[in-house]
Amino acid sequence: MSRITHYFKSLLLIELFRGMGLTIRYMFKPKYTVRYPMEHIPKSNRFRGLHALRRYANGEERCIACKLCEAVCPALAITIDSAPRASDGQRRTTRYDIDLFKCIFCGFCEESCPVDSIVETSIHEYHFEHRGENVVNKLQLLAIGDRFEKQIAADRTQDAAYR
Amino acid sequence: MVDQLINHLVWPIVYILCITIPLILAVAMFVYWERKVIGWMHVRMGPNKIGPLGLLQAFADVVKLLIKEVILPTTANRFLYYLAPMLTLVPALAAWAVIPFSGKMVLSNANAGVLYLLAMTSMGVYGIILAGWASNSRYALLGAMRSAAQVISYELAMGLCLVCVLVLAGSLNLTDIVNAQAGHKGLLDWFWLPLLPVFVIYFISGVAETNRAPFDVAEGESEIVAGFHVEYSGSAFAIFFLAEYANMILVSFLSAILFMGGWLSPFPSSWGFIGHAGFPWLLIKAFLFSFLFLWFRASFPRYRYDQIMRLGWKVFIPIAIVWVLVAGCLKYFGWVTIGTGV
Repeated sequence: MSRITHYFKSLLLIELFRGMGLTIRYMFKPKYTVRYPMEHIPKSNRFRGLHALRRYANGEERCIACKLCEAVCPALAITIDSAPRASDGQRRTTRYDIDLFKCIFCGFCEESCPVDSIVETSIHEYHFEHRGENVVNKLQLLAIGDRFEKQIAADRTQDAAYR
Repeated sequence: MVDQLINHLVWPIVYILCITIPLILAVAMFVYWERKVIGWMHVRMGPNKIGPLGLLQAFADVVKLLIKEVILPTTANRFLYYLAPMLTLVPALAAWAVIPFSGKMVLSNANAGVLYLLAMTSMGVYGIILAGWASNSRYALLGAMRSAAQVISYELAMGLCLVCVLVLAGSLNLTDIVNAQAGHKGLLDWFWLPLLPVFVIYFISGVAETNRAPFDVAEGESEIVAGFHVEYSGSAFAIFFLAEYANMILVSFLSAILFMGGWLSPFPSSWGFIGHAGFPWLLIKAFLFSFLFLWFRASFPRYRYDQIMRLGWKVFIPIAIVWVLVAGCLKYFGWVTIGTGV
């Protein structure tokens, strides 16, 4: 008996019509598409994007060349050289390079930093046009930090309670 | 002399251009519409960047394809390789010669129009086989063989469906077939009602015949990359594409003409303006049928190859044969009032 009903069901294409009913209902549903360059989805304040080096409010750079970030970096993307600063003899970095091709954006450098100097900002829209530009140096990182300090500080404040 | 030249050469060419140019534009818009509809059914948006609502997307694609190089595989048969796309396109366009767009609008009101159509739609398979063979590629050859076997199998079922229509209409002329469906009841006078199973079989065979989803094993991306046209690029590929879509539109028009009363109005003739027959009705019907192609593609997964063959030979052909007898009885005993004409 079940074979007979199955036979007639398949002959009348009932299952196929049900499938088509499903697709036609989906045709009129609101679409999930985000028109990306024009629309953005909300981003977490913990988003780990392009790196930056921060400064204190008085303009002094935070980094003290402890090299914890270089040590913890699992992708060996950070290279640091340090020397006493000529003006006051404080230990500072002379070179701070991050190879963005090696970086896996794990955020360990930020977590390891005792002075909150190296951070990962929420910037994710950037590109390189020439070979070699993937290595960002200290000046560039400081410049990024200067430019986006407000956003960086706001993101850190929001997350402070959970750290 | 000049009069004869104009009558026999210039006007036919003008008529032909009047059919093919809108047809090619329709193909372009159909490609756009397909991407839109399938996008919507996938809960996406489809192309929406080029032109208003993405309307110019198809034309951008055409320009891209025409600019690209046509690559000839080193071991390919040059002559056949370039001939194959032509052999696919020419029948796809030539078939339109006998399609009546309304009572008077037809390029060639041939007596054996249906026969001509069958011949033309079968010709297309030569292009596919040659394309597969001339490319000298395993994938292309496999795709071509699958396509050929499938088209021939479904041609049988399709032919039997046409026989039912011919029995009821009593003519091979497409204009006469539509006129035989005319009556006072509108929608209920058409052949789809007494020939319902045959109508369904005809349309499904048409989908299989044009190698469209869910019968598109000929270009099954998951197994044989893209089938018979895997080696083609640029404008040669564009021609295959054009032929495939022109064939889809052709099958839509044919379903409308043979089973859905062509340019006749679905409303009773007593209903005034909307009861009048006319070209727009044919366009609307063909549009709905072509929408079905896209709907199928968005809804159904691809059939396995042996399932396709089983469906064609063990299901469609027996049902169609039985319905040929039924149609004969209907006609002989006059159990249906159609065929009276108006």
